[in-house]
Amino acid sequence: MSSPQPGAETGDYQTPPAVQVADLHKTFGDLEVLKGVSLTAKTGDVVAIIGGSGSGKSTMLRCINMLELPTQGAISIKGETIDMKSDGRGGLQPANAGQLRRIRTRLAMVFQSFNLWQHMTVMGNIIEAPVQVMGVPRDEAIARAEKLLDRVGLSDKRDVYPAFLSGGQQQRAAIARALAVEPEVMLFDEPTSALDPELVGEVLAVIADLAREGRTMLLVTHEMKFAREVANHVVFLAGGVIEEEGPPDVVYSAPKSERLQKFLATVQ
Amino acid sequence: MLEWIAGLASWELLALEPPGWGGVLLKGLAVSLQVAVGGYLVGFVIGVGGATGKLYGGPILRDILDVYTTLVRAVPELVLILLLYYAGTDALNKFMMLIGAGPMDISGLVAGIFVIGVVQGAYQTEVLRGAFKAVPHGQIEAARAYGMSSPQVLRRITLPGMLPHAVPGLSNLWLIATKDTALLAVVGVAELTLVTRQAGGTTKSYFLFFCAAGLLYLMVTLISNVVIRRIERHARRGMPAVR
Repeated sequence: MSSPQPGAETGDYQTPPAVQVADLHKTFGDLEVLKGVSLTAKTGDVVAIIGGSGSGKSTMLRCINMLELPTQGAISIKGETIDMKSDGRGGLQPANAGQLRRIRTRLAMVFQSFNLWQHMTVMGNIIEAPVQVMGVPRDEAIARAEKLLDRVGLSDKRDVYPAFLSGGQQQRAAIARALAVEPEVMLFDEPTSALDPELVGEVLAVIADLAREGRTMLLVTHEMKFAREVANHVVFLAGGVIEEEGPPDVVYSAPKSERLQKFLATVQ
Repeated sequence: MLEWIAGLASWELLALEPPGWGGVLLKGLAVSLQVAVGGYLVGFVIGVGGATGKLYGGPILRDILDVYTTLVRAVPELVLILLLYYAGTDALNKFMMLIGAGPMDISGLVAGIFVIGVVQGAYQTEVLRGAFKAVPHGQIEAARAYGMSSPQVLRRITLPGMLPHAVPGLSNLWLIATKDTALLAVVGVAELTLVTRQAGGTTKSYFLFFCAAGLLYLMVTLISNVVIRRIERHARRGMPAVR
């Protein structure tokens, strides 16, 4: 990343933001997890979302690809707003299943618990979405997958089933699966939280590598040092609102809000 | 020794051509297998529908399915067979009269398949429901996150994902289906058990014929086991062996 400052954009005001979250609310029963969150990520941004447990950071990320349906608010990807309608119970639901599926193929999510498909080999997992959803010819998808496997260092594991891999290897395979759809935005939901400490490094190295090549990424993480290194924008969520945000150097070195100061004191 | 074995039974009664009864027994076995396969497949269709209905259906559908699985599993199968066979054909004929058509002649084979299918359907519903629930939610979520439609998720992820959890239960039910066909002897379906009784009654060689029938049932199970083991190995390909 050559320009780590969020304000230092390329100057092209015609380009719509890669991800725009507008006034997002999410309620589970009586519990309001998100109380109006707005966020903009430009193309090439690496946004780290930090916060305590229960702060709503994972929920927010999962609302972006509608794995969690927001109660209120709007999500736009590259300027295209996901069509929503009322579900008749005070919430929202997708109004256009085809549009949602199309937008989802432009986002790629990496999950905390990997969520690889257990009945498919690593190769099968990587080519599944390109072949089945996007209609890429099988041999073309395989050729591309081999390059991705090489990149995440799993070339020798292409025909192995996920259950026979270590957690770090599974997460790297999941990252290759995400890259295979050639996403415009990558969503990372605590990608190292389920890993043994000695396996965290290998996954972070792959993610840092992706950040360096200018991919647009939203990253929910507990790895504070890592977030500071790779992100060009840090968002601190607390109690369902964005308490503070800004460039990592400012947010980490000179936190303004008391909650962020406390949070950083406990995690560092 | 050979003489002793030869004297033990009238082996010539097992010859395939009359006056031997071997051919009759094999025909009975063929009927049994037809009923078992047919009933099992009918049961599978009911089972997939019942399991998805119980998991994703509305409250009324769920209640109806609950009544179905509870009733079928509570009542002895022999009673169910008598009930469905006699009451079922009776009701069908009354219905045919009502709409002005003549009484229908229902073949024992078709009725047998229907009856076994209804019984199997209730058990398979429960086996498949459990297997569906055993597929980790995260895998379905990942499929949706990568843009799959609901039918795609079912076909590509949920069905193959649940297979390893369903195979043991479904194999059991297959073996039970092959043996449940014997119950249809009471309603006069010419399956293996009924023709064995006829052969025994005619020749008074009960021991010989029932041993022969037992062996045939055993063969069915042994061959089934070979096939089941292959299916299970395929279904569990992504799972580490547990010792």
